[in-house]
Amino acid sequence: MKKSRRFLVAFTLFVAAATLAASQTGAQRAAQEPIKIGFIAPLSGPYAQNGRDILNGLLLYLEQVGYRAGGRSIELLVEDDEAIPAVGLTKARKLVERDKVHVMAGALLSSTGYALAPYIDSMRIPMVYPVVSADDLTQRRRSQWIVRTGYSGSQPNHAFGEYAARSLKLRRVATIALDYAFGWESVGGFQRTFEAEGGTIAQKIWCPVSVHDFAPYLAQVSRDVDAVYALFLGRAALQFMRQYREFGLKQRVLLIGAGTTTDEHVLPFMGDEALGVITALHYSAALDTPANKTFVAAYRARHKKVPSYYSESMYTGAIWLVAAIELARGRVEDSATLLDALRRVKAVDPPRGPVELDDYGNPIENVYIRKVERVNGELQNTVIATFPNVSQFWKYNPAEYLKQPLYSR
Amino acid sequence: MAERKKTVACLVLVVLLIAVPPFLSSYWVGLLTQMTIFAILAMSLDILLGYTGLPSLGHAGFFGVAAYTVAILSTVHHASFWTCVVSGIVVGTLLSAALGLVVSHVRDVYFLMITLALGMVLWGLSYRWIPVTGGDNGIAGIPRLEAHAGLPVTGPIPLYYVTLLVFIACTVVLALLVSSPFGFSLRGIRENESRMKSLGFNTWLHCYLSYVIAGAFASVAGVAWAYYNGFVGPTYLDLTASSEVFLMVTLGGPGTLIGPALGAGAIVLLKNVISAYTHRWLLILGTVYIVTILAAPQGLWNLARSRRRA
Repeated sequence: MKKSRRFLVAFTLFVAAATLAASQTGAQRAAQEPIKIGFIAPLSGPYAQNGRDILNGLLLYLEQVGYRAGGRSIELLVEDDEAIPAVGLTKARKLVERDKVHVMAGALLSSTGYALAPYIDSMRIPMVYPVVSADDLTQRRRSQWIVRTGYSGSQPNHAFGEYAARSLKLRRVATIALDYAFGWESVGGFQRTFEAEGGTIAQKIWCPVSVHDFAPYLAQVSRDVDAVYALFLGRAALQFMRQYREFGLKQRVLLIGAGTTTDEHVLPFMGDEALGVITALHYSAALDTPANKTFVAAYRARHKKVPSYYSESMYTGAIWLVAAIELARGRVEDSATLLDALRRVKAVDPPRGPVELDDYGNPIENVYIRKVERVNGELQNTVIATFPNVSQFWKYNPAEYLKQPLYSR
Repeated sequence: MAERKKTVACLVLVVLLIAVPPFLSSYWVGLLTQMTIFAILAMSLDILLGYTGLPSLGHAGFFGVAAYTVAILSTVHHASFWTCVVSGIVVGTLLSAALGLVVSHVRDVYFLMITLALGMVLWGLSYRWIPVTGGDNGIAGIPRLEAHAGLPVTGPIPLYYVTLLVFIACTVVLALLVSSPFGFSLRGIRENESRMKSLGFNTWLHCYLSYVIAGAFASVAGVAWAYYNGFVGPTYLDLTASSEVFLMVTLGGPGTLIGPALGAGAIVLLKNVISAYTHRWLLILGTVYIVTILAAPQGLWNLARSRRRA
């Protein structure tokens, strides 16, 4: 008797699932139904803060345009990928196959970016990657349906390597970075141009992504280096800065690094230990341009904090997306037209300065050298130098560049 | 009588699994595919955990290694479909045969610790052996099963039926295995190893074989997963993945085969469906676990069975 009841439950579940699915496939989209944008980012787990910043940037711009583009309203569907590629892929399947989104945006980690790319290509859904910085997404493993509006990991670091050698007059540098693709590509880019200018990377120290205590790593830092190049983000960045000072290294050795180390997603939580740190990125919230000032003011008013580069990246990604929808006159059902529009978008004035896609689908944009200063009681990344229109290939020939392997440990 | 009902229930379930998917959207077919793959994995761990009483916390390692084998062979070496499938299963099985030599000498919490450590080693390998595994970035671009096997059809349906077929085959083989004399001696070892020893059984060999068999079926699931997912990365063989399989087995009911399969289905469903409605879904999943442990320490399937007896 019990058996048949259990069985009945199972059967009912199946029928329920079937009806649910059928009602979704049956719903045909009318021309004036809303444009569905699917969004994926880590909203829980260790990268939740970064993911939240990305979402905030998107919300701000969509509110500014009143959730309308190309004469249609916009519906936003948000999913959390927990910073796990497998979950990201499952959520992408849900958004594309069940919710039938017209266009996708988001993703934070390189691994998630790589995991999504083949699926996105196979489903022929245009997707904007505002943050994912894995070099090969626009280099050796290009994807047809993905448009990157952020940057590639080595891009700002090529400029920074040259700056470190020529302007900062550094000769010997030790690097200490998180041990994953983003770390390898950033350090690799820095090393290439820095050594081309006659500098030497004296040592490379790698910390696991889950690092909690930097003492064993800081103890390895060589005595005779001019500077330490650090790449961290989130909680690790805060902890590193504090321990760098506690170890007495701050007074002795200049600290430089990748943009995320002092990015605005962690900067407000830092103290004097961050002062004077020099980093490179394609954005700074302290950038002194009208477009950026308007953006920062609006963002502060809406979200009660300073925008990080993650926020700006998705804000610009949203500008891009809305402009493309306008260009396609709202015909988002035609994915090929929308993708074409995404690749052709030009007339935008994003907070970070002029942006243009190169032939490989990566933005050509300014790289800013920033120094942490205290202004009006608040830490900020003051821009001290600008490299205009930097390409992902720096000054190298793209074909030659692509023959070389991807930066690794 | 009960036995006949059980057979009928299984048959109807199989008929449903065969008949319903063509009427579902591709999303639900994908979910069902995922469920069947994890059901195979959970059943393979059940041989070890439920029947032999050896709690392994590194079981996702074989799953992952098989998936990586398929990924590397199909993307870097452009190997044929059958080469990939056979190599995936063979590599996973050989690995379990090698590691089994180490782990089959210990029991209980020591077994847990050693399998955990070996699982971490495999994870570390996938994360650090960058030239081969791509490290953190994983390997993407595994061809779709129907394209790779040269089938004249496309879409999620063929892959689903292939995994369903594999699932049914695995279930039949495993069911035969656990009802064979070998299966009964495994249960004997679980209940009282020293008595089995004194009866003249080579318990070490039994445990070793049980570990290898579990590893082999986990590899089958890994191969299917590589084709379903199109991507492999280190997260598939880390501790979280292993403990998730562990939970599928304990939730469904260890030592029943069908229980872990249903547990796998339930967890995949919970993860995907609830998370679509609330970001607090982990809280719900946690509550489900706690309630199961308190109310049905032997798993949901065993709860139903013991009640029926009473």
